[in-house]
Amino acid sequence: MLLTSYLLAGLAIALAWPVPVWLSRARFTSRSPFTTLIFWQAIALAGGLSMIGAMLIWGLAPLGDNLLSGLGALWGVVSGRLSADHLGPVHLFALSAAVLLGLHLVFTLLLTWVRVHRHRSRHRKLLALLSNPAPSDSRTVVVQHDAPVAYCLPGLTSSVTVVSRGLMEALDPEGLKAVLAHERAHLDQRHDLLVLAFESWHQALPWLPTSKLARGAVHELIEMLADDAALRQVDSAVLLRALITAATGEAPPPGASSGLPEGDLSAQRLKRLITPSPRLSRSARLALVAAAVLLVVAPTVLLVAPALPL
Amino acid sequence: MASLGDLERSVMDLLWDSTEAQTANSLRDALAHAGAEDGKELAVTTVLTVLARLEKKDLVARERDTRPHQYRAVMSREEHTVELMNEALGNVMDREAVLARFIGGISGGEAAALRRLLEGPAAEAARPLDSGTPHTTSGQSA
Repeated sequence: MLLTSYLLAGLAIALAWPVPVWLSRARFTSRSPFTTLIFWQAIALAGGLSMIGAMLIWGLAPLGDNLLSGLGALWGVVSGRLSADHLGPVHLFALSAAVLLGLHLVFTLLLTWVRVHRHRSRHRKLLALLSNPAPSDSRTVVVQHDAPVAYCLPGLTSSVTVVSRGLMEALDPEGLKAVLAHERAHLDQRHDLLVLAFESWHQALPWLPTSKLARGAVHELIEMLADDAALRQVDSAVLLRALITAATGEAPPPGASSGLPEGDLSAQRLKRLITPSPRLSRSARLALVAAAVLLVVAPTVLLVAPALPL
Repeated sequence: MASLGDLERSVMDLLWDSTEAQTANSLRDALAHAGAEDGKELAVTTVLTVLARLEKKDLVARERDTRPHQYRAVMSREEHTVELMNEALGNVMDREAVLARFIGGISGGEAAALRRLLEGPAAEAARPLDSGTPHTTSGQSA
């Protein structure tokens, strides 16, 4: 039990700092955004699992040889059938921390979901009063505004892409097609769920290097995926021109700007549009996916497996 | 038509387009006039229900000095649109708001980087992209 908890703690530390730092600096990520996204999800999932698991197993160590027997004995202590003599204050502390961390993660996710949902439905109601359906596309609405703006509003039943009149006037039909394909990809691939998960992970543990790096990387990677989807319909020069128009047609109103992380990562997104590099090889992608699966399986096995022979 | 949502929109359009405050009766007449072809009677109480909902949403204000009460839009259509767009463009500090609208949009920083990257081969990049002037993309040798 003790060895298991140390292994889990080691994994938790690796996933909290060195692994995400390595991945966020890696050059290959823009060559296969989808595979990289899978890897980030594995890091988050395995990180949470090993963090909670390490404390749980360590706290249960005096009570049993594995997770199940330990939990069984803990129930005995709680219900008064067994004496709590073996359980010191440090073990109780570890157990409480494990439970609190688990609850904290779940409730932060729920809270973020509720807030986002409320915000979106308010926005949707106002949009219903202020927008008109686009002539060409039933899933797109037009807002009478001069600034060139495009964004998507995800919803379970009614996802829409919103474009401003300013953007429609500034873009030729091909450019508009590029922007709409980009936004539509966000909606069709449910990128909002990924953003929601990693946003709440960051809000729950803002001091953790992983949560910040992962959030930034996920924002970047979904944009790349949406760019790739747009590139299946238009060529990269059209997409680039559309992006420039949307970004520089008019400065955002005071105090507001786009919420995307800026800096090197954004430049990376643009660079891959200007000078496309080949996609990662099939074997490299398979290796990444295999590593991601291993990352999640390892703490799971450590948690449920019988005691290690030590 | 005549779902409450559609009526809300029609009432707001009337209020936004009129310079003066309106009574529920005059709104009913205007709505009946606009939708005369479907031949449905629109009750004043329905209009009052719609107005109450809009008032609750802070879209409509009621002037209680007069009898009957008069209603007007709190903000103009343009002001609401600006508010909507501000919300959509989001604020870097307000991560939740960004999340809520989930912009697949494009930031000014990116555009600047792009311009730098494009400088040289493409003539387009040399053209100043001033704010406020939506530039139409002309035929371009890429």
